[in-house]
Amino acid sequence: MANSQQSGGYYLPEPSSWPIKGSIALFLMASGFIWFLSGTKTGLWVMLVGLAFLVYMMVGWFGQVAGESESGKYNKQVDMSYRWSMSWFIFSEVMFFAAFFGALYYARTLSVPWLGDIDNKLLWPNYTPTWPTAGPYDAGAFKTIGAWGVPFWNTVILLTSGLTITLAHWALKKNNRSQLILWLAATVALGCLFLFFQAEEYIHAYKELGLTLGKGIYGATFFMLTGFHGFHVTIGTIMLIVILFRCIKGHFKPHNHFAFEAVSWYWHFVDVVWIGLFIFVYAIVG
Amino acid sequence: MAQAHTHGKNEHVQGHGDHSHGHGDHHDHHPTGLMRWVKSTNHKDIGTLYLWFSFIMLLSGGALALIIRAELFQPGIQVVNPEVFNGLTTMHGLIMVFGAIMPAFVGFANWLVPMQIGAPDMAFPRMNNWSFWLLPPAAILLVGSFFVPGGATGSGWTLYPPLYIQNGIAADMTIFAVHILGASSIMGSINIITTILNMRAPGMTLMKMPLFIWTWLITAYLLIAVMPVLAGAVTMLLTDRHFGTNFFNAAGGGDPTMFMHVFWFFGHPEVYIMILPAFGIVSQIVPAFSRKPLFGYSSMVYATASIAILSFIVWGHHMFTVGMPVTAQLFFMLATMLISVPTGVKVFNWVATMWKGELTFETPMLWAVGFIALFTIGGFSGLVCSMTPIDVSIHNTYYVVAHFHYVLFSGALYSIFGGVYFWLPKFTGNMYDEKLGKWHFWLTTISFNITFFPQHFLGLAGMVRRYADYPLQFAEWNMWSSIGAFILGPSQLLFLYIVLKCIKGGQKAAQKQWEGADSLEWTHLPSPAPYHSFETPPVLR
Ligand SMILES: [Cu+2]
Repeated sequence: MANSQQSGGYYLPEPSSWPIKGSIALFLMASGFIWFLSGTKTGLWVMLVGLAFLVYMMVGWFGQVAGESESGKYNKQVDMSYRWSMSWFIFSEVMFFAAFFGALYYARTLSVPWLGDIDNKLLWPNYTPTWPTAGPYDAGAFKTIGAWGVPFWNTVILLTSGLTITLAHWALKKNNRSQLILWLAATVALGCLFLFFQAEEYIHAYKELGLTLGKGIYGATFFMLTGFHGFHVTIGTIMLIVILFRCIKGHFKPHNHFAFEAVSWYWHFVDVVWIGLFIFVYAIVG
Repeated sequence: MAQAHTHGKNEHVQGHGDHSHGHGDHHDHHPTGLMRWVKSTNHKDIGTLYLWFSFIMLLSGGALALIIRAELFQPGIQVVNPEVFNGLTTMHGLIMVFGAIMPAFVGFANWLVPMQIGAPDMAFPRMNNWSFWLLPPAAILLVGSFFVPGGATGSGWTLYPPLYIQNGIAADMTIFAVHILGASSIMGSINIITTILNMRAPGMTLMKMPLFIWTWLITAYLLIAVMPVLAGAVTMLLTDRHFGTNFFNAAGGGDPTMFMHVFWFFGHPEVYIMILPAFGIVSQIVPAFSRKPLFGYSSMVYATASIAILSFIVWGHHMFTVGMPVTAQLFFMLATMLISVPTGVKVFNWVATMWKGELTFETPMLWAVGFIALFTIGGFSGLVCSMTPIDVSIHNTYYVVAHFHYVLFSGALYSIFGGVYFWLPKFTGNMYDEKLGKWHFWLTTISFNITFFPQHFLGLAGMVRRYADYPLQFAEWNMWSSIGAFILGPSQLLFLYIVLKCIKGGQKAAQKQWEGADSLEWTHLPSPAPYHSFETPPVLR
């Protein structure tokens, strides 16, 4: 894949202080959180200061990149670099979720059945290893969330949002700005709606079903998988809001709008993870 | 390891050390002094930062190893108490893996990828800077964990629960250090992969790329695939520690063994992350000093790819003794043995490259040949470990310690030393001191073997790793191992001296310092290499 690289065509940025600011922010967040976990409330403040600094860094850095893009500093080759990098970034995210899906699979098909086998009868004679389980130690009863209530509607919402962002993309390609903004805003709204339902569902689980993070391996895998997914939806929604504002400001051109596409790729990725969750966490029980 | 530069088109300027380099007119104002390094978006500056960081970590991790060897010099408890000892072995492992070996290879990638593919810089210079500057905060968290209540975490670099869950604050520090290191590795890898796929000069087709580029392309893929899995694993540790989850607690339906599976799904590809770039460096050095093209170039590429693919399905060989179905043991054993086929192809090709070559043995070649000989020993002992019935008896013994030090020290680190000597003339424009370089090689090689070869015997005799004390029967070989280590450690200060001396000055290096070297940095760029590698893409045949 040889490429036509003209002399000085590839944009090489000036020295930048954003990265070191990001490092300081992450260091504050990590050490503040560690401090907080060891029982010091002040740690939480350190962490929040770090988070604020990180947000400041991201606004500044991404703002600078958006400015460079809008002023036409990026050629086709730079655009291709962004495409490659976003693809590989999404691949890394897939592998992150794979670790948790792997844990779910391992627990359900291997380690939980082993807990009920003859070796463990001496320790826990009365334990029957069926999914869902909170393990042989009695952590209290809980009920699971059925697939065909809120989770089903959340699936519909996310799939619809995948459609609306595609419509927005088509509108952008046809340079129909009002349609673009309309469909993008609809996508943001659907993302927020999903998050609202997810939050409601968590409250329901904690308050009425007795399903908490501490309810054994089921609670752990359920909340970590859906929680990290919800976190990614949150990030995705923030990204959507950012490009919505950029669209309103008149950014992006019909043939040059990779930031928009990157967000839509990310959004589709979040969508696909949800399908996996719907099948393996909600739909297939027992 | 350039020291200073000023601005101006095609201007060559004298730096602090008497070496010069020019650069183009992309930038109107460069920060100088400390800010040059903090804000750098230049692949060579960032590569230099990586290499120095790696060397500092090598000395720190090495210092921990020397305390370990001091304690093990004689039976009984003399130097440190067992808790501290556990912290030392854990931190030695983590610092060497994440602080010394991996950053060194990223440092080489930074210097060499743009030069060898004919690009002006890395694809994302600012993200490149961030990848580096995430390392110091992680290092602070790791090294700092020695000084918090409870001391450094003592569960080994593999962070196994339930012991890990029971550690103090240091465990959280290690978890977040791993998170930050992971973010750094992922960003660095995305950068390297994108640069290789998208920034090659016209005519630099994939199968014309130097082998170092190929091995890094595949390594970067491995890193992006497995670092997030490690992040997931340590996140589960964190929630098990603080938020009441039961991933690794059997009472709650979890399983400590599950951590091992997730960890080693990362951990085995990780060992190839640390050795594939080494293969790449050796594949550059050996042809240069054999004055022959690399034997079997395409088979080298396919072997590298096969190793990478197989590396995902062998992780269970680290867990033969923890309990798994016999079928799984058989599968992991056979898959592991399969890896020795592509690895054997590589060793064969290096030897075949040297066969009937016009060989000379300058320092880089000594390290490369040392690599081939000693890494092969590590490969063979790995084959021994891969056999389930044998592993049951040598698991967690010093045989395993000897095995992975032959792979990581006389493998990965030897290639790094060889690479530094090989490219120092290109980096600095000066020749290193050949005589001292040879001294460094021989001192290291002899003391390395005194340190680690006896550990094979200790392991076979049943000495278990990660204990501060041992039965009297193991005293003699432990004494030899410690004597070796106390020659090995200080010998590396000689390396520091050689490198500093070379940066300061010395005989001027030619553009093509090594007769048989044929990659772009030797054929198209002066020594020292200019600040921006290729302002205009080179013309390739
Ligand atoms: Cu392995």
